[in-house]
Amino acid sequence: MGFYLLKRLLNYAILLVVATNLSWLLAATQLNPRSLYEVSNPPIDPVSIENNLRSRNLSDQVPLHQRWVVWSKDIIFHWDWGQSPRGGDVGEEIERRIWVSVRLITLGSLLGAAIGVLIGTWTATRQYRLSDRTFTFLALLGLSVPSFVIASLLQVFATWLNTVTGTRFFEFVGETGAHGDWFGAALIDRLQHLLLPTVALTILGAAFFSRIQRNVMLDSLNSGYVRTARAKGLPRSRAIVKHALRVSLIPTCTYFAFSVATLFVGAAFMEIIFSFHGMGDYGVKTIQGQDVHGAVATAAFGGLCVLMGALLADFMVAWLDPRVRLGGTTYGRQ
Amino acid sequence: MARSACAFRRHNVWTAVIVVAEPIEHSGANDSKAAEKLATGNADGMMAKAAIPLQSNRNRLLLKRFLRNKTAVAGLIVIGLLIIVAIIGPWLSPWDYDDVDRRAYLKPPSFEHPMGTTQSGRDMWALTLHGLRKSLVIGLVVAVLSTGIAAIVGAFAAYYGGWIERCALWIIDLLLVIPSFLLIALVAGNSSGGASSWVLLVLLLSVFGWMLSARVVRSLTLSVRRNEYVLAARYMGLSGPKIIVRHILPNIASLLIIDATLNVSAAILAETSLAYFGFGVQPPDTSLGTLLGDGARQLSSFPWLFAGPATIIVLLILSVNAVGDGLRDAFDPSSASSNKS
Repeated sequence: MGFYLLKRLLNYAILLVVATNLSWLLAATQLNPRSLYEVSNPPIDPVSIENNLRSRNLSDQVPLHQRWVVWSKDIIFHWDWGQSPRGGDVGEEIERRIWVSVRLITLGSLLGAAIGVLIGTWTATRQYRLSDRTFTFLALLGLSVPSFVIASLLQVFATWLNTVTGTRFFEFVGETGAHGDWFGAALIDRLQHLLLPTVALTILGAAFFSRIQRNVMLDSLNSGYVRTARAKGLPRSRAIVKHALRVSLIPTCTYFAFSVATLFVGAAFMEIIFSFHGMGDYGVKTIQGQDVHGAVATAAFGGLCVLMGALLADFMVAWLDPRVRLGGTTYGRQ
Repeated sequence: MARSACAFRRHNVWTAVIVVAEPIEHSGANDSKAAEKLATGNADGMMAKAAIPLQSNRNRLLLKRFLRNKTAVAGLIVIGLLIIVAIIGPWLSPWDYDDVDRRAYLKPPSFEHPMGTTQSGRDMWALTLHGLRKSLVIGLVVAVLSTGIAAIVGAFAAYYGGWIERCALWIIDLLLVIPSFLLIALVAGNSSGGASSWVLLVLLLSVFGWMLSARVVRSLTLSVRRNEYVLAARYMGLSGPKIIVRHILPNIASLLIIDATLNVSAAILAETSLAYFGFGVQPPDTSLGTLLGDGARQLSSFPWLFAGPATIIVLLILSVNAVGDGLRDAFDPSSASSNKS
């Protein structure tokens, strides 16, 4: 078990290092931080531009390999991911933003997965009835609409509702706003701001997971062990919940692990539309702002998330599926 | 890999066995279906001797299964209409997509401009038609390219095994670890733009879009590789690439077709998402994604900039996805999620 895990982690570490370096190479050759200074008015002295860029290891006049050595040494020896072209430490920025992303996606992804699993399970037991067809179509629709379209429509709807009711029930700018100082006001205010992005994430998650869950559930409903359970006299509902549902949750859980991991950088639309300054927002801003180090750090963080998701998925399978053993040791319950 | 088992039916003489062995659970209305299933199963078994009727019979069966799925048929019709509209688009509008009407800036829909005009006085209807054409081209080209890469990498990796396979799998893992959206944005967003910016975008979307399918192709090839006809071909002295192209790829064709279909919608969706941030097709060229991205930002004040492109893109992606689902169900009847036929 230990050896298996170690080998796996080592391979992941190599993948991540190579991916990060490739991202750096791409960012350093494609982005042009100099252009930020050159457009400024009044024009800045070229020598001071050069000094500025050199002090942040961003000058394109320094040979690529020298910049690479400086960049990687800083990370290895000081865990310093560099500076953005306008100044400001990339590491600090990311440390702050990770928590914004966590706050944004936790509720939405959990709700989306839960509702999706419920719908998927329910529709699988009612295959080809009207309810099944309706939800299958709705899920297909949900997956076919670009996520920013859903978010924008929600925003328009909320604005309309606010004007009609004359209240400010829906808040959609940032994480917090003005609120009273009574007990719990801050929490309520945060939840109000979370409401719309959470609804959007829930819709997307529910569409995705209901499809997966329905497919897996149908496979397990038609499998031998469920038929056996029914033949032994177990009522249909108990056979579904105790045998079919439990087994069908294994693949769904692995998808969940992956989807949460990718949401850290993938929720960029929600973050930008609802002004949450999280990791997805950062990734887009750094590219728009010619920020080489910021973009690379975001890419590395995204890669780390994917690998954590993969690891989490493996553990979930090992934990949920008694047939799987990691390197000889039984894992979790029998 | 529940689906894999039935993706290579062509040489499969024991289809009959599988179909007969499957319990007939449906009663009443489904009896005719079950009987038909038995019949086709037997036919498949017999046709193994006479190859040509098997082929046409199988196609007829697939067509029948596909036509039974109403959503997929509707999707196919919508796609057909959209393609026709995209092709004859320039004759459907008095305006060209880059014409500027100096008397109408940001005007709501009117008789002259059925879908309104943009900030720079361009006709929305003409722009939408042009965008639709570009999005369709992007979707189709990316689908063909990425499925092609997936088929070649996956099949070669599985057929040759050894270090080739290990290399291929490692590269697949690497590309999956890199957040592709960021890197595509990084390259496409900072390209010089111009009329051919979409070519770069197509290449990027293809390079980052084949990995998951390649894995599936690999696992399918691993099982196809052990079949007798592959062995026979090898003993006859056929080279590896020829065996892959003539015997392995045709037998996983159903998977490749489904995959390419779903890749069309994935590519259009990806381009749309990139375009929202300005990383998609660069001006003066335009796609549904760029129109939608601009429209979404001004949705509350100028809804006509959004409504048209949004409707068309959702229709398009929804139809392609529906057709993909229908194809999967038709090719893969043993999967419980599909229509039993």
